[in-house]
Amino acid sequence: MNSIELFAIIMLYLALLFFIAFWAEKRKSNFWANNPYVYSLSLAVYCTAWTYYGSIGVAANQGLEYLAIYIGPIIIIPAWIVINSKIIRISRVNKISSIADFISLRYGNSRSFGAIISVVCILAIIPYIGLQIKAISDTFHLVTKSENPNNIFTDTATYVVLLIAIFSSYYGTRYVDASEKRLGIISAVAVESFLKLIFFVILGIFVTYGIFNGFDDIYEKAKNLPEFTQRNSFNGLEGSFNWMLTSMLSMTAIFLLPRQFHTTIIENRKENHLKTAIWVFPLYLLIFNFFVFPIAWGGKILFLGQNVNPELFPILIPQKFGSILISVIVFLGGLSASISMIIISSVTLSIMLSNNVIIPYGWIDTFKTKNDTFNNKNIVNIRKVSIFLLIITAFVFYKYLILESSLFSVGLVSFVLIAQLAPSFFGAIFWRRGTYTGAVIGLILGILICYINLIIPQYLKAINPELAINQYRILQFFKIPYLETIPQVFFWSLLANATVFTIISVSSKGNYRERNYAEIYVDINRYIQNHEGAYIWKGKANVSDIRKILVKFLGDKKTKQALKIFNLKYNIDDENDTADSRFIKFSENLLSGRIGTASAKILIEGVTKEDKISLPEVLKILEESKENITLNRKLTEQSRQLRRLSDDLRSANSSLIEKDKQKDDFLDSVTHELRTPITAIRAAGEILLDDDDIPVEIKKDFLENIISESDRLNEIINDILYLDKLESGTIKLNINKNNIIDTYHKALKPIYHLIQQKNIHHSEINLLNDNEFYYDEARIIQVFQNILGNAYKFTEESGMIQVKFQEKDNLLKIGIFNTGKKIPDEDIDLIFDKFYQSKYQNIRKPVGTGLGLAICKKIIDAHQGKIYAENKEIGVTINILMNNDKNEAV
Amino acid sequence: MRKILIADDEHKIVMTLEYTFRKNGYEVFIARDGSEVLELLKEEIPDVILLDVMMPNVDGYTTIQEIKKQEKLKNCKVVFLSAKTNPADIEKGLKLGADAYVTKPYSIKKLTQQIDELLEI
Repeated sequence: MNSIELFAIIMLYLALLFFIAFWAEKRKSNFWANNPYVYSLSLAVYCTAWTYYGSIGVAANQGLEYLAIYIGPIIIIPAWIVINSKIIRISRVNKISSIADFISLRYGNSRSFGAIISVVCILAIIPYIGLQIKAISDTFHLVTKSENPNNIFTDTATYVVLLIAIFSSYYGTRYVDASEKRLGIISAVAVESFLKLIFFVILGIFVTYGIFNGFDDIYEKAKNLPEFTQRNSFNGLEGSFNWMLTSMLSMTAIFLLPRQFHTTIIENRKENHLKTAIWVFPLYLLIFNFFVFPIAWGGKILFLGQNVNPELFPILIPQKFGSILISVIVFLGGLSASISMIIISSVTLSIMLSNNVIIPYGWIDTFKTKNDTFNNKNIVNIRKVSIFLLIITAFVFYKYLILESSLFSVGLVSFVLIAQLAPSFFGAIFWRRGTYTGAVIGLILGILICYINLIIPQYLKAINPELAINQYRILQFFKIPYLETIPQVFFWSLLANATVFTIISVSSKGNYRERNYAEIYVDINRYIQNHEGAYIWKGKANVSDIRKILVKFLGDKKTKQALKIFNLKYNIDDENDTADSRFIKFSENLLSGRIGTASAKILIEGVTKEDKISLPEVLKILEESKENITLNRKLTEQSRQLRRLSDDLRSANSSLIEKDKQKDDFLDSVTHELRTPITAIRAAGEILLDDDDIPVEIKKDFLENIISESDRLNEIINDILYLDKLESGTIKLNINKNNIIDTYHKALKPIYHLIQQKNIHHSEINLLNDNEFYYDEARIIQVFQNILGNAYKFTEESGMIQVKFQEKDNLLKIGIFNTGKKIPDEDIDLIFDKFYQSKYQNIRKPVGTGLGLAICKKIIDAHQGKIYAENKEIGVTINILMNNDKNEAV
Repeated sequence: MRKILIADDEHKIVMTLEYTFRKNGYEVFIARDGSEVLELLKEEIPDVILLDVMMPNVDGYTTIQEIKKQEKLKNCKVVFLSAKTNPADIEKGLKLGADAYVTKPYSIKKLTQQIDELLEI
């Protein structure tokens, strides 16, 4: 394949990325924005060209060391749920846009600390970016079998890098607010992560199954190579220590690498995306590493005795077997790995460079005097220029400084440098006492140790190999004999860094602002709801003055909106001009994303007059606010309880009113029911008394009526009392094992001859397997009698009554059907009410008390059962459902 | 001969009223609910109607509203006989145009006197 063809493929591939970014950014669809897998894949920006080629080299030359770089993150990832949720919250409420912002804000929102961290990151990462460019260039020339020209204008890498720079500066600076999410870039990176894994797996399968006969074959053949055993063991305790320290190094890297901080924290849209990431990301790393071993050892077997750089095995192997397709695919995978690293790193570093170095040290005064259009344009331009600057510097590194170093060693050096942020970073989240002085001195000391022992020797080695060895002897006094250089320096630099940080922090006090942020960081969950309230500030400030500053960056409209939101949130009058601490913090947040936290503070400070607060005072305020928050929480809890109580009372009250009304209705009905027979009795009695010439038959009728109506009265009274007892639970059920068919017959017997007289056909259907159930027989007889009594009354001559026993869904179901008039639909549920009498009732008032079905319902209720009526084609069925579970009946 | 229509679903109450008014020289018509009342009124124009309130099918309140709609029944007196003794019920009955509202149980003697007076006015 010649250069032009491959370059065309690269162009196509980059066009695809541009398109994905463009499409995701434009559509802002949920697929990209709210997808935990896109988030998880974007984290795989961790796997750079170093993974793609470097790991193979390490596996071939040094053995298992390559695994340490991935084992570290895999081990620590479960802790993300705790640590990273916290960091995400802190970053969200403080509008943090980079790791430099994150750490420096905690140590008193210090401009100098932010700048130092930014410089450290830039120095550590630029060679790393250079390395990626080198990987692109090397593999390009390898695939096209061309020479790497010295002239940068004929070097293809130049143009690829230029395109990446354009892409990054376009999609990386879409928003002036750097804490905004960059959907386009993240989507493109996620796709790249996906592709590079697939491509790598294709290579792995090609080597393992295409060239060799599976893993066993490679293993069998590799076993005979001289250094196999030594390379594939930990080499005793000493080797294990090296391995463990390298794992710890990668553990810190997964938190601290600016590109990891950016993808994990800044680009996180939902905290619960972390839950997906903690399994997808380790899985990704495992799949990636699965094929490192066969490719490395397969390469060693294939190129035995030849002086070949094993880092290039991924391309050399397919090439050796003439597979251009696979080598191009591998090249594209490596290209993806490099590009995504360059893009994310250059974007994050440019944010640091602009927000923590260039703007706070060079542009604030200019911004103060200009308007929002000018300011925003310049902020974006500063970032664009930063991106180009960073990538060009990296290019220079690649071209002139690191051509000879291996991918692995340059990567590890930058890991060690970045690891120096660990004490102040983790201290920020977990330790209140850490101070600015401690953190800065610790960091500088750690960096110095790294430079003296790691970087300077490396450059000296390039000039004069002997000098380098002498230089390294500086550490000789402390040297732990069995540790290799990288773990050695990592261990000592971090130890010195952390020790100095701790000692200085404990022995110095730190200023109030540090202490204030310490509280917010460590206790973020407590302040998440109103973090502005946790900010301590005393002094004189006017809303109008601060507003003028805000307008210079946000413009009139957005400022107005923001103030409105603030006033609404804290219930503040729009006319109010006195700015309190909450407003100061709110305003700083509005500016933070644009110009960095430090510059935001400096700008707001310029228009306010802050009174000095002593540290004890701050501690007191913090204590109070803590108490306030606790008190507030208690009060909220109490008021919630009160509300619940009053709700309960209200519902109790309304249920009482309902009951009272029911009682009134019941009384009404009762009196009505009682008055009716009394009326008949009284009238008959009166006539009998006054009328002497009443005919004998009528007299007899009247006297009979008096007796029957008296009986009816008595019956009503009995039923009322009985119902009352059932309701109040005074009547205890006498539950026993009984035969339901026998019980039914006992109820049927007294009424049976009446049914026969009316020529009603009575039939029984028994579908039960077992007739025995637990219930109170006397009560159930009453139920049957009431229902049968009604059925008898409402069934016309020559009608039919049919009872059916069956088991349904583990319930005993008894249906008593009778032919005759149906119940109006609207009354079907009312017939079990006391004294139910429908206005649609179209039968003569039945003989009875009007309480029969109400009593039935009460009895069945007491058996935990159900009774209901159902209209059928030619009549009505009363259904009874009773629990079949023999133990559960009450 | 004066005509009286007795509407009540309680047979035993109707018996006493029927006996009393017949003896007092009325021609007695009996209805067991509101619909029977309205049916009867198509042919007869009684001087007085005794209406129970709680009757099946068509209750007393509905029945009196139907009666009051008919021009030919405007001289017909309507008396409620009811066990509903709430002031609200009584008021409702009178508002609907009843000439009297007698609560159950009543004195037959007083009832007949009251009706005689009603008819003589």
